[in-house]
Amino acid sequence: MARTPADLVGARPDPPFEITFDGRRVTALPGQTVAAALWGAGILAWRTTRDGGRPRGAFCGIGQCYDCLATVNGEPNRRACLVPARPGDAITTQEGHGHDHLAV
Amino acid sequence: MPTRKPSDVIVVGAGVVGAACAYYAALAGLSVTVVDRGPVAGGTTGAGEGNLLVSDKEPGPELELALLATTLWRELADLLPPQVEYEAKGGLVVASGESGMRALREFAARQEKAGVTAQEVPGDRLHDLEPHLAPGLAGGFLYPQDAQVMPAHAAARLLRAGGDRIRLHLGEEVTALLTGPGGEIRGVRTTAGDLHAPHVVNAAGTWGGTLAELAGVHLPVLPRRGFVLVTEPLPRVVRHKVYAADYVADVASGSAALQTSAVVEGTPAGPVLIGASRERVGFDRTLSTEVLRRLAAGATALFPVLGTVRAIRTYLGFRPYLPDHLPAIGPDPRAPGLLHACGHEGAGIGLAPVTGLVVAACLTGAEPPLDIHPFRPDRFPAPESTPAP
Repeated sequence: MARTPADLVGARPDPPFEITFDGRRVTALPGQTVAAALWGAGILAWRTTRDGGRPRGAFCGIGQCYDCLATVNGEPNRRACLVPARPGDAITTQEGHGHDHLAV
Repeated sequence: MPTRKPSDVIVVGAGVVGAACAYYAALAGLSVTVVDRGPVAGGTTGAGEGNLLVSDKEPGPELELALLATTLWRELADLLPPQVEYEAKGGLVVASGESGMRALREFAARQEKAGVTAQEVPGDRLHDLEPHLAPGLAGGFLYPQDAQVMPAHAAARLLRAGGDRIRLHLGEEVTALLTGPGGEIRGVRTTAGDLHAPHVVNAAGTWGGTLAELAGVHLPVLPRRGFVLVTEPLPRVVRHKVYAADYVADVASGSAALQTSAVVEGTPAGPVLIGASRERVGFDRTLSTEVLRRLAAGATALFPVLGTVRAIRTYLGFRPYLPDHLPAIGPDPRAPGLLHACGHEGAGIGLAPVTGLVVAACLTGAEPPLDIHPFRPDRFPAPESTPAP
């Protein structure tokens, strides 16, 4: 089994919990960001671009590039690399700007 | 390397007005050198919303310019690439109460006599046009001739559309005007050397007064500051250019004090642009949270949905304001060879093509497309301290 950052630093985190990504169950550890939890589950993309619908996920990982925007518990445009995962969080793939429902 | 060989005309200013002057002059067969101390659209052009409006103009010389400009923009929209984002979206002016509605009705009736199309929209039909508008408005007027462009692209694409006849000298500031023995214009001196031409067009926008001073003539262009608030990218939530009835009064006012009125419009790129503020504070670039607060309050009062989205940035610009709210367009009899094309206040994007057409006509000796007497640049008396030329 591959070594994880938690193994490398000898971390002993509190028990894991579950969040969901587009309805699929994902295990997260306390202190992990949403992006880290999704990456840990092998999920690399959780948004599509406004033009062309291309996939996007974490890029800079430090809150600067805004590429990792996701819809978290119904709120669009959250930076997944900064938002801590909480038990029961529902992450959904964000289509473009995340405001399609406002279109007239 | 840009060539420094003589051209038929030098245009000072690479904003949209300078670009339009260069484009129409090139179209008339002239060789044009465009000089700007900054980049293309680096001044007021890049700090606006791209309004092509007839709705906010009283019957009179400026409205005549605007009506002709409306036709020219439609032609340009077919010719320029889609990046200029020309949208014949129409303007919608709304009134909150019956007294405002009466004022709009009276204003629109006078405009219609001058050739403007204006359709009254009763309060209960406003939401057919703008589903996100706040409830309870008394009504409004729809102005189908109002349109919008992306101003920076419009300037850049006009310059490119002029082809080989237009040469660009960016990052070069004009420091003096060159004159011959009879005082006639011979060209300009810039920070990079001399440029020669028998005609110089002052398209320096808000800085046009300073350029006029270099030519020894008085043209009192003053800055009138405005902020624009920009939302995060959204789908189309606002279909028209929508503004509150008091905007028209603010545009026409000469007050130096801060005025704000709600002006809201979407863009093809997604962000909604929120204006409009007017204040005369010189070239002060300090961010004013009070202005931004008022802009946000005005916009969310008109479109409550905007209260649920983020504003992500703001920008400001300086409208080139002349005391009688009319631009200066045409030859300056005080300085043979000098023409002006500046002082358009908040209407420069809209009025750019007609200004360019007039300037090109003046340069080639053709008949201007309309009476330019109201825009003569020598109409302002020189202050007492400066001896009249």
